[in-house]
Amino acid sequence: MKYVDEYRSEKTARGLAAAIRSELRAPWVIMEVCGGQTHSIVRYGVDELLPPGVELVHGPGCPVCVTPLETIDRAHAIARRPEVTFCSYGDMLRVPGSRGDLLSAKAAGADVRVVYSPLDALELATRLPERQVVFFAIGFETTAPANAAAIEEAQRRGVENFSALVSHVLVPPAISAILEAADNRVQAFLGPGHVCTVMGTLEYEAIAARFAVPIVVTGFEPVDLLEGLLMTVRMLQAGRNGVEIQYRRAVQREGNPRARELCARVFELCDRKWRGIGQLPQSGLTLAREYRDFDAAHRFEVAHIETQEPADCIAGRVLRGLAKPTDCAAFGKRCTPQSPLGATMVSSEGACAAYYEHRLLPLTQTRSEAEVLR
Amino acid sequence: MCLGIPGRVIELSDSEPLAMAVVDFGGVRRRVCVAHVPDTRVGDWVIVHVGFALTKLNEVEADRVISLLNELTEPERAGTS
Ligand code: SF4
Repeated sequence: MKYVDEYRSEKTARGLAAAIRSELRAPWVIMEVCGGQTHSIVRYGVDELLPPGVELVHGPGCPVCVTPLETIDRAHAIARRPEVTFCSYGDMLRVPGSRGDLLSAKAAGADVRVVYSPLDALELATRLPERQVVFFAIGFETTAPANAAAIEEAQRRGVENFSALVSHVLVPPAISAILEAADNRVQAFLGPGHVCTVMGTLEYEAIAARFAVPIVVTGFEPVDLLEGLLMTVRMLQAGRNGVEIQYRRAVQREGNPRARELCARVFELCDRKWRGIGQLPQSGLTLAREYRDFDAAHRFEVAHIETQEPADCIAGRVLRGLAKPTDCAAFGKRCTPQSPLGATMVSSEGACAAYYEHRLLPLTQTRSEAEVLR
Repeated sequence: MCLGIPGRVIELSDSEPLAMAVVDFGGVRRRVCVAHVPDTRVGDWVIVHVGFALTKLNEVEADRVISLLNELTEPERAGTS
């Protein structure tokens, strides 16, 4: 596929890795923020091409992984209602809540459906006027404009049997929380390419200035990741802080203003609990007042459901870059993708699941069509 | 989750306010909302996430990087490491 295959070239990847190796003067700890990057790094063995002095730690950028347990429990409570058709992106179905996952609700008779796009859920609502169609609106800033567009369109068309359970999270507060922690080890970041396609780089420039760190906004293919790492190492060694963009074919400094404005209309900032990490102030998006009629948590009265995390998993440390999945005693034994104990074993972009599923694939392996179109 | 796939716009239908397009992903075609990328034209490359175009793909930039990167050689194969 054009603009994909070129960035998976093994020759180019090895050339970049060699450049990093020859330029490296000191050991560095670099975090890739986004789960899509984690997936790619582990899948293509990018970390194994690197010299030992470059340590990659995996960040909190998998929205499926950080969606709090109580949100899963709220989704479960709504999905079990007989009048509800519950629509979700596929990767949320297997996330364990305290009363099971959405798949088990479906097996027990709930009408749970996987959608590719939030517009599919809206379409379903217009086709099934007798049903209450609820869309599980999760994700980072990349996904928020799509979800916002569906909600705004529902209001415009007056689709009253449509609502959304909104649990959006934002990347910059998570990066700040990692850098503020006393035990932080991260010295630089590969910034999240598609989040910045929407949001631009201004928030990241502020973080880079405040904490004196380099951030290189990077794409998702092996060549992107290695070029981003080379740029990061150069910034670290020159003592240069600030934001540079590796993923220039998609990211502009101002982002996508139209998508940003739409999000600002439909959503507003809120405090949000992150699974494995805890409460972060102003780290999420919820529906703005004018759109509250479309809030499923309100419509189905599940906002009171609160759940505590089980304490037997180190996913919180993995998500903050303080531990690797393989440091966990349960990894691959009591905890597998088939029966996950923790958040990061659930989605294929969770660090634990990525380690479990994708070690040691050759660089040239191409993704299946289904995966590419997900 | 934040996966974005490049594809080429082959058809546009301006059903305001949610402008839609047909986008080709290496032979697989899908309907995609291009409302967030208002100046989309047939033939453009866009990056698509959950059925929405996030941005146009900057082809000049993409091609430049590809050719630059292709010039990289591997020092160890040349016997320097
Ligand atoms: S392997 Fe399982 S139990 Fe261990 S940190 Fe990862 S998700 Fe948690």
